Amino acid sequence: MSELVLTGPETETALTQEYFINMGPQHPSTHGVLRLVLTIDGEIIRRVEPHIGYIHRSIEKMCEHDSYRQIVHLTDRMDYLSCHMNNEAVCLAVEQALQIEVPERVKVIRTIVSELTRLASHQLWWGVMGMDLGAITSFLYGFRDREMINDIFEETCGARLTMNYNVPGGLMFDIHPNFQKRTKDFVAHFCTKLPEYDRLLSDNPIFRSRTEGVGYLSKEDAIGYGVTGPSGRASGFACDVRKRLPYSAYPQVEFTEIIRTEGDCFARYKARILEMWESLRIIEQLIDNIPEGEFQAPTKQVLKLPKGEYYQRVETARGDFGVYIISEGNKSPYRLKFRSPGFSNLFVLDKVARGSKIADLVAIMSTFDYVMPDIDR
Amino acid sequence: MYDFTPLVQAIQNYLSAHFSPGVATAIEWTLVILIYLAFYAVLGLVLVYVERRICAFFQLRLGPNRVGWQGTFQTVADAIKLLLKEPVTVNKADKLLFNLAPFIISLAALMVLSVLPFARGLQAFDINIGLLFIIAISSIGVVGILLAGWSSNNKYALIGAMRSGAQIVSYELSVGLSLITMVLLTGTLQLSGIIESQANGWWIFKGHFPAIAAFFLYITASIAEINRGPFDLPEAESELTAGFHTEYSGLKFAFFFLAEFVNMFTVAAIAATVFFGGWMPFHIGDWEAFNRIMDFIPPIIWFFIKVAAIIFLMMWFKWTFPRLRIDQLLHLEWKYLMPLNLMNLILMAILVYLGWHF
Repeated sequence: MSELVLTGPETETALTQEYFINMGPQHPSTHGVLRLVLTIDGEIIRRVEPHIGYIHRSIEKMCEHDSYRQIVHLTDRMDYLSCHMNNEAVCLAVEQALQIEVPERVKVIRTIVSELTRLASHQLWWGVMGMDLGAITSFLYGFRDREMINDIFEETCGARLTMNYNVPGGLMFDIHPNFQKRTKDFVAHFCTKLPEYDRLLSDNPIFRSRTEGVGYLSKEDAIGYGVTGPSGRASGFACDVRKRLPYSAYPQVEFTEIIRTEGDCFARYKARILEMWESLRIIEQLIDNIPEGEFQAPTKQVLKLPKGEYYQRVETARGDFGVYIISEGNKSPYRLKFRSPGFSNLFVLDKVARGSKIADLVAIMSTFDYVMPDIDR
Repeated sequence: MYDFTPLVQAIQNYLSAHFSPGVATAIEWTLVILIYLAFYAVLGLVLVYVERRICAFFQLRLGPNRVGWQGTFQTVADAIKLLLKEPVTVNKADKLLFNLAPFIISLAALMVLSVLPFARGLQAFDINIGLLFIIAISSIGVVGILLAGWSSNNKYALIGAMRSGAQIVSYELSVGLSLITMVLLTGTLQLSGIIESQANGWWIFKGHFPAIAAFFLYITASIAEINRGPFDLPEAESELTAGFHTEYSGLKFAFFFLAEFVNMFTVAAIAATVFFGGWMPFHIGDWEAFNRIMDFIPPIIWFFIKVAAIIFLMMWFKWTFPRLRIDQLLHLEWKYLMPLNLMNLILMAILVYLGWHF
């Protein structure tokens, strides 16, 4: 509690005491079980101390006992909004180790589904962002459009959220006959709805004043803390894995890496909105050009990776996701490490949020787009 | 045509004839209290339902539509649920203040309601300083909010209460100034007098630009004063969980909730009274037939139509705009609304002095 100490008439200053406040683990805008210990002076934040571990499931340890096919489905449970990209990272690592040549069809489908997942993730983020800033209506607008993507996924692989569509060597099933039509319908629908997002939030003066100039992250700090994804690119850090180390069908498609240099909340917001347009562009290029062929390369019953170390990076909706496998030649890895983008993005929070208000912290957290299971693993 | 004065007079005569003056007054008071308490509760329930439906339609949802016809009994069911809930009091909370706070807020909301004229003769207190009374009493609400936040022994509640204090103290100035601007036109603070002065046209039409400006300033400031979105910082649920009423549950929470909605009604009713002629029907110049038809609609209906339109406007704001930050909120008041209000007041004074209004 703030305690007012008046120091007499000769000094005109009133001393106030800093106090700490627990934000989370149960809090509406920590998006999961994140606990932030805030040191506050009135409404001004002096220090942010993230405490994690409330949803730690030791996924990395579990991976040491699972076969490579089983590991794939554990990655769904990390960043559940980028589940397809997480799966893809493990599959690509295994394929790279076993030198499996996946068919072109698989690459293209993986890319399309990845981009759809990214869109779904950003739609959810956009909705929640509005909600965090008090505009609850945006939440339901975001979900309306996300529902279409979820329906496509449900038809394709039977699951809406944790899809587990990838397997080492290809895909679990071939695409549904409706897939192309529904995806095209969605793209046409969403091209008309995305400007609506701008009208509702981006152009709103209150929203602008809440985000512009708030939560500045410099390029040096972004690189230093390893902030990747749209959050890093909003600070001018060109870190898109799809451009730097293209995988799957990304070498074939044309898209722009969204880079903004402002580094504030609005830049991070805008980077994601523009990234949605790029995702739509990628899908439009690929959806009519899915090559015929097998949906799975033939693989052995039991996958044993040759002794060695393997690393694969993919670009999830939150940034640079890495899988690092050390294999001793057995059917499960000796050690497996996930480099999750959320973890690095979380620990820059103290740097970014110092000196701002509590309300700003909510906006900052929202624009970094934290997903707790991704950070805790 | 639709005058409630004879009815009220008849009740008064009946009571005076059958009881001694003291008892008659006591019965009258009891009647008035009962009617207003019932109105308070029903108004809260109706507004909660309306808000939920309207917000649902803004958000591509249906809202409550299962309990009763079109979900009309949903709020009743919710009220029963809140009644049956355990009233939790936090350890180390200041018990007395904690329990007192909801009543202070309810009291303020209820007292303001008493001076509102619903129709000719349908008004509990027609005091000559009506508008001043409203401004004075509505400030009491902040005491309740501060007490709630302070006594909860919860830092979130405290932050919410402190925000609320800063906010309401600031925005009261704008509410008061924009109403004073209109008082220049009406020449009276008595609410029935204000309505009578609009018999040949509402002030928003007769008062030229300053009246329209005053209306918008009033709406903005009063939304802030009653802690509604986009100015709902004291209970910013994404920042402070529930702000000053974080620790309240059950019936005590319901008191806060009801008071909030009744305050919204009050604010809309004042706007309707001062700017839109209260229960005066809508007339256009000398269109005799049209005006006759408009007169046919009872004044109480007119009053509620106007209030409903303004409440809809407020809900529209709430479900569209993001929330402001506390410093931006205070900047808006002290750097924009206050100076604008003062300029508007001077403009209106000149206008009235020169007699340019209709």
